Amino acid sequence: MTETRPGYDKLIFELSSPGRFAHSLPACDVPVEDPAQLLPAAYLRGTPPELPEVSEVDVIRHYSRLSQMNYGVDTHFYPLGSCTMKYNPKINEDMARLAGFARLHPLAPEAASQGALRLMHELARDLAEIAGMDHVSLQPAAGAQGELAGVLMIRAYHLSRGERRHKVLIPDSAHGTNPASTAHAGFTVVELKSEASGEVDLADLEAHLDEDVAAFMITQPNTLGLFESRIHTITELCHAKGVQVYMDGANFNAILGITRPGDLGFDVCHFNLHKTFTTPHGGGGPGAGPVGIKSHLAPFLPTPVVVERDGVFALDWRRPQSIGKLQAFWGNFGMLVRAWTYIRTMGPDGLRAVSDNAVLNANYVLKRLEGDYDRSAPGPCMHECVLSARRQKRHGVTAMDIAKRLLDLGFYAPSTYFPLIVEEALMIEPTETESRETLDAFCDAMIQIAREAETDPAPIHAAPMTTPVRRLDQTLAARQPVLRWAPPPAAS
Amino acid sequence: MRYISNTAAQQREMLATIGVGSLEDLLAGIPPKARLSRPLALPPAMAETDLVRHLRAMAATNADADSHACFLGAGAYDHAIPSPINHLILRGEFFTAYTPYQPEASQGTLRSIFEYQTMMAELTGMDVANASIYDGASALAEAALMAHAVTGRREIALSRGVHPLYRRVVETYGEGPDLRLRDVPLGDGVTDLDALRKAVGDATAAVVVQYPNFFGCLEDVRAAGEIAHAAGALLVVVADPVNLGLLTPPGALGADIVVGEGQGLGVPMSFGGPNLGVFAAKRELVRRMPGRLVGATVDRDGGRGFVLTLQTREQHIRREKATSNICTNVALCALMATIYVSILGKHGLRRVGELSTAKAHYAAAELAKVPGVRLRFGAPFFKEFALELPKAPERVVKRLLRDRILAGVPLKSFDRTMKQSLLVAVTEKRTREEIDAFAAALGRAVA
Amino acid sequence: MVDVPEELRYTKEHEWARVEGDRARVGITAFAQEQLGDVVFVELPKVGATVMSMKTFGVVESVKAVSDLFAPLTGEVVEVNAELGKKPELVNSDPYGQGWMLVIKLAKPAEAGELMTAEAYRRFVESAAH
Repeated sequence: MTETRPGYDKLIFELSSPGRFAHSLPACDVPVEDPAQLLPAAYLRGTPPELPEVSEVDVIRHYSRLSQMNYGVDTHFYPLGSCTMKYNPKINEDMARLAGFARLHPLAPEAASQGALRLMHELARDLAEIAGMDHVSLQPAAGAQGELAGVLMIRAYHLSRGERRHKVLIPDSAHGTNPASTAHAGFTVVELKSEASGEVDLADLEAHLDEDVAAFMITQPNTLGLFESRIHTITELCHAKGVQVYMDGANFNAILGITRPGDLGFDVCHFNLHKTFTTPHGGGGPGAGPVGIKSHLAPFLPTPVVVERDGVFALDWRRPQSIGKLQAFWGNFGMLVRAWTYIRTMGPDGLRAVSDNAVLNANYVLKRLEGDYDRSAPGPCMHECVLSARRQKRHGVTAMDIAKRLLDLGFYAPSTYFPLIVEEALMIEPTETESRETLDAFCDAMIQIAREAETDPAPIHAAPMTTPVRRLDQTLAARQPVLRWAPPPAAS
Repeated sequence: MRYISNTAAQQREMLATIGVGSLEDLLAGIPPKARLSRPLALPPAMAETDLVRHLRAMAATNADADSHACFLGAGAYDHAIPSPINHLILRGEFFTAYTPYQPEASQGTLRSIFEYQTMMAELTGMDVANASIYDGASALAEAALMAHAVTGRREIALSRGVHPLYRRVVETYGEGPDLRLRDVPLGDGVTDLDALRKAVGDATAAVVVQYPNFFGCLEDVRAAGEIAHAAGALLVVVADPVNLGLLTPPGALGADIVVGEGQGLGVPMSFGGPNLGVFAAKRELVRRMPGRLVGATVDRDGGRGFVLTLQTREQHIRREKATSNICTNVALCALMATIYVSILGKHGLRRVGELSTAKAHYAAAELAKVPGVRLRFGAPFFKEFALELPKAPERVVKRLLRDRILAGVPLKSFDRTMKQSLLVAVTEKRTREEIDAFAAALGRAVA
Repeated sequence: MVDVPEELRYTKEHEWARVEGDRARVGITAFAQEQLGDVVFVELPKVGATVMSMKTFGVVESVKAVSDLFAPLTGEVVEVNAELGKKPELVNSDPYGQGWMLVIKLAKPAEAGELMTAEAYRRFVESAAH
């Protein structure tokens, strides 16, 4: 946000003035233009929709003012754990907007879409190399869809071998999309308790592994920011019972060029291009969630698959065992262009430096804060660290309070209350694109808040005070949902 | 590395603060046999100027709608994108913002979503719309799952007028809950209502029709709704919101859930993604809806504010019992649509529909004048229609590409019984000159 | 310790039951509503539905959590508190009174003897807190 602005509190409908318009449409150049002469009357809308009537200046000013009520990575440090809020390169935006990409229809003849198909083929190959996988589907629109695709492929794999397995094992530290996607694929979710370090409880895992388990799904590094070091043992134990192992790739930013899920024994993994691969978050998407697999799952890939034969790229639909489709077309191509551009900008050494610096920055923050906040686990972390506000809670200051106070001090908050297994969790992922000065400023603010919690918590409880709105009544919003603007009742 | 600020000297200082000697020390928790022992086998880094040259060349090989007259439809449309949209969405506070979980720092995003929800509800004629699903197809799949959850029934009666690729997505999403899809045939381009009556019963969770349908024809939505409701099923209507500025909205015709592809509302075609899945429903179904919802409330000082609400439906709280697994959706595309609808406004969107249908009807008449070419269906159409051609449509398309015309979508790959048919879409952007040139070129191609 | 009326019976899932002859009025305890926070929505079965002991009959939602509701006793639902549709906050403000949820006509009245007394419930809640 640029500054505290008193009172910009308009919705676009409230700027409306009958007769104003912002559009510029051409005159009709064909003979018959009256729709009543072309379509049966019943299909023609009687009353126009209640949409705004505003000028172009109104539109520009309104949305510019709205933007100034947001925090973005371009203006603020965003230490959200597991979200990888790293810098979004502007060259990616330019390349996605090239007419040959942005203005290309998905059903243009394949012979006339070779540049787009080539880009997809190359990106899939690059992601496969990064993950140590054999094939990658670029179709899923986000991580959750990637998970659904992965779990459905695992299901299809077991069915193809005559086995109907009903359960999927997921640690209690997992992101909510893991059990949600699994349930949507028709499986029963069995939650495994993690050890306090967030690592897998091997004994609990072994006790649950049987031939009714289709898959074990984990995040690596885990959601406490720690590398699960016994991973080879885990994947071997699973495979011994025919259980497929799935890696949630949300934390890929920690391991680029360092280790690869395919080398660790994983059968499936997904990528979040809007995390590790810099495609912008956009206030909640669009993202992209490609899924990587080992060859034994290839028959089940979503259709179509981008293939190459003698230098010609094509969409292959002849895949009788495919799980089907997740989106109407081929994937979030605009985001794929951005990710391709990023991978080419960085090159192999650059990607390795990404993870090295992500890990360095997170450990630096952890070191600076461990005197004032409880660590969730001993030892170095990877690209993110989880602290607990347990000490502060004794003074009546919760993780949520800390998050709100940080907004007043000029920072977006870390993730709070995730993972569920840490009390008053604060999950901090600085990413590699932040400078040491920014990290120091953030740590100074966190330490200030820790002191305030002990001596004078009033500003913490009052926070935020400098944002366009103060703390909001979530209860009212849920009890009496008002989910749209309504025109004021006509004066009688 | 222009995106990484740490210099070698700073790295050394930070390592010293942490109390380790090198970056490798921080990776000691990873067992050696897990470590990649070589650099990633990827092409070397490219400087920006080389990268731009390379990608421009790759992009130039594609037949895009700037260099060709685009008559392609089938779920993605070349509607005009007004100039202000790109400028506004490139503001860093919009496109580099996170999901609005901390509402005090995200009022920009939350207010624009609230506006978007209002606009989609208005266009579809429904009570409530969500903040977006990925695309029209996944929105339909979510609607099918929701109908199953609401009614407890497993069958989905899908008109053959629903986009075939949407049907495949419903089928994939339906695997887990074991939904059964029943296809309802068409008669002359629109759903055969007698066949629909026979296909619907007390196992039917939802009847799905598309309006206009995949072939561009206008369906009798009200009649389909009566059949659905008589059997205790929901009516789900797939509709392109761009058309709803002019067409009677599905909400006024009995729809319980409306889904559709909002790409035509200012989102670039971009080779099929990202898109904009519109999802709207009746008020009593709101707690079963998938996706994010933004609601109005007040802050501590009594001032108006907006928050994500009814979040207990969603995966981050409800986990395996969530209404959907969706997390990241397509907020920036929803913002493009919000700005688009603000620019077109109350009367402009109707005009887009009027121009599209006027030009489509002109094009259909001109193209049907070509000897051997005729309209495939007799039902009324809106901005898209299927032509029967005397020569293989794939060959016609290839020939017209040389004239810089993207002539239409051959229908053989969607339906073997339609291998002589070409699906042609006409938006407000197609000029009379382009349409006349198309007709002339078609005449030459089938002669 | 939070309010635990003596005359009621309780379950491990924090429901209470007031048994009156062959009927029982059911709701959630003061402890439960405190854990949940502000209740925003309650999903209840229709009159005439069957509920089974220790099986779910509905859901109670707060802003940040959702909890299943478990029937303490088996029987037929004869009354449902329609007020909760408009005023879910009654569950918070008056959980044992106006925040009641269902009245069940008991199919197996003997089940009531298996429910916890107020004393047992109090001990249960205190031990769970450690």
